Amino acid sequence: MRSRLEPLWPPIVVGVIIMSLWEGLVRLLKVREFLLPKPTSIASALGDEWTPLRTAGWETGKTAVAGLLFGVVAGALLALVVSRFSWLRGSVTPLAVALNATPIIALAPIFNAWFGITDFRSNAAVVIIVVFFPVFINTGTGLSEVESNQIELMRSLAASENTVLRKVRIPNALPFFLTSLRLAAPLSVIAAIVAEYFGGPQNRLGPFITQNASFSRYANAWAAIVVASAIGLALFAFSAVVEKISMPWKQGDPARA
Amino acid sequence: MTEQAIVASGLGKTFNSRSDSAVTALTDVDLSVEPGEFVSLIGPSGCGKSTMLRLIGDLIVPSEGTVEVFGKPAAQARADRDYGMAFQKAGLFDWRKVSANIELPLELAGWSKSRRRERSAEMLDLVKLPDFGDHYPWQLSGGMQQRVAIARALSFQPKLLLMDEPFGALDEMTREHMQVELLSIYRQLRSTVVFVTHSIPEAAFLSDRVVVLSPRPGRIHSIIDVVLGDRETETRDEDTRESEGFFRKTTEIREALRSVEAQQ
Ligand SMILES: Nc1ncnc2c1ncn2[C@@H]1O[C@H](COP(=O)(O)OP(=O)(O)O)[C@@H](O)[C@H]1O
Ligand SMILES: [Mg+2]
Repeated sequence: MRSRLEPLWPPIVVGVIIMSLWEGLVRLLKVREFLLPKPTSIASALGDEWTPLRTAGWETGKTAVAGLLFGVVAGALLALVVSRFSWLRGSVTPLAVALNATPIIALAPIFNAWFGITDFRSNAAVVIIVVFFPVFINTGTGLSEVESNQIELMRSLAASENTVLRKVRIPNALPFFLTSLRLAAPLSVIAAIVAEYFGGPQNRLGPFITQNASFSRYANAWAAIVVASAIGLALFAFSAVVEKISMPWKQGDPARA
Repeated sequence: MTEQAIVASGLGKTFNSRSDSAVTALTDVDLSVEPGEFVSLIGPSGCGKSTMLRLIGDLIVPSEGTVEVFGKPAAQARADRDYGMAFQKAGLFDWRKVSANIELPLELAGWSKSRRRERSAEMLDLVKLPDFGDHYPWQLSGGMQQRVAIARALSFQPKLLLMDEPFGALDEMTREHMQVELLSIYRQLRSTVVFVTHSIPEAAFLSDRVVVLSPRPGRIHSIIDVVLGDRETETRDEDTRESEGFFRKTTEIREALRSVEAQQ
C-alpha cells in the first residue's frame, strides 16, 4: 500500500508550494487580476460558477471521450489493416502523414459547415482526427517491429499471416498502442476545447472561457481551465490504469516498469 | 540406401540478383545429411552459414539448385512441420509465460490444452527448468532463456533441428554446459541437427561432421569427420574436451579455417 501512495505526495507537495508562491507573489507584486488572478480568486470563482462549469465540463468531456473512442478505434483498426495487407502501406501511410501535417484545427470551420455550427459532431470530428494519428503510427510501429527471428520462427512452424498477426504482431503492438492511448487521452481534451473556440454548442468549456475572458472575468476563465485540466488528468489516469492491467507480463519488470 | 535427412544439390543463393548490389551468399553447395546426424557449419562471418540454414528451412528460396528434406522439397517439409528452429537471440515472446512459449508450436499444431501442458512440463524437466513454467521470460537469465528456446524448438519432436549460433551470446562456462545438455537431449530424442557456429571447440565437441565454408562466394571448403572413439558407443562429456582426440580435431578444423582465410 505504501508503495502505491508514495508517488502521490511529491506532486502534491510541489503543487502546494507553487500555489503558495503564486498567491504570495501576486499579492506582494500587486499583479492585476486580469493578468493573473490569485489561486484563491480562482477557487472562489470555481465555487460561484460551479453549476454552469459542471455542465460545460460534462459536455466538453463527452465530446473529448467520444472523439477519443472513435479516433483510437479508427487508428488501431487502420493500423491493423495496413499491417495485414502490406500493399496498402505505400498508399495509406503517406496519406495519414499528410493529414497529420495539416494544422488540424484549420479544419474546424469546415466541420462546422459539414455538421452545422451548433452541432457537437463538428467538435468531435476535430478530436477524432487529432487522436487518430498518434494511435495509427504507434500501433503500426508495434505491429511491424517484431524481431525478425520471431517471424522466421513462426514461418518455420508453417504459421499463416493471420496467425502471425494474432499471435505475434498484435501482442507485440499492445504496449505501443497503450502508450499512444496515454498520449492521446489528454490531447483529446485540448482538441475539444480548441474546436469549441470555433463553434459548436455554447454550453461548453471553450465558449465559457472566451465569453468570460471577453467580459474581463478572468478568474472564471481560469476556473474553467482548472476543470479542463481535471478532465485531462482523469482521462490520462484512466489510460494509465488500462495500461497497467492489460499487460500482466510487465508487472515488476525492472527493464520496462 | 536409406532415405537422407537432407540432400542439397547445386545449392546457391544470390541476394538482390537484379540490381548492382547483388551478393552471392552461397554457391554450388552439395551436401547430404543422414538421419540422426549432427552436422555443424563453421566459417568466417559472412560466408553464408545462416543463408544455408535458411535455405534448408525454406525461409528463403534458392537461386540455384534444390534442397530435399526427408525425400521431399523443403517447402513441403516446412508445411509438414518437420523443422524446429533456434537462433542466437532466444526470441521468446515477452507476453507468454515460459510454459506458454514452449507450447506455441503445439498450439499451432492444434494440440489440446491438457496435452500441451503435459508436454511443456516434460520439456521443462528435459532442459532442467522444472520450476520455471509460470515465470515470464524477463525473469530468466540469458542461458535459461536459451534453454527455453531449445525446449520450444523440440517440444513437438521435429525431425530436423536447425540452430543458428544458439549459444553465441552466452558466456564460456554456460556455453560448455549447454553443449553437454544439448548432446544429451539430442541423444534422447534421436533428432537430426544442423548447427551453425563460429566456435571451433563447439563444432568439434558437438558434431559428427563439421562443414567448413569459405566466403565470397560461400562454398564448401572441406568436411571434417569428427569421431572421438567408437561411433556407436562414444560418450562426450566434460572430459572429452581435454582428450587427445578432441585436441586433434580442433587442430584439424583450425587448420582448415586458416587455409580458408589464406585464400582471401
Ligand atoms: N537478406 C539479405 N539481403 C542481402 N544480402 C544478404 C541477406 N542475407 C545475407 N546477406 C549477405 O549474404 C552473405 C552471407 O550472409 P550470412 O549467411 O548471414 O553469413 P553468416 O551467417 O555466415 O555470417 C553476407 O555477405 C550477407 O551480407
Ligand atoms: Mg549468421
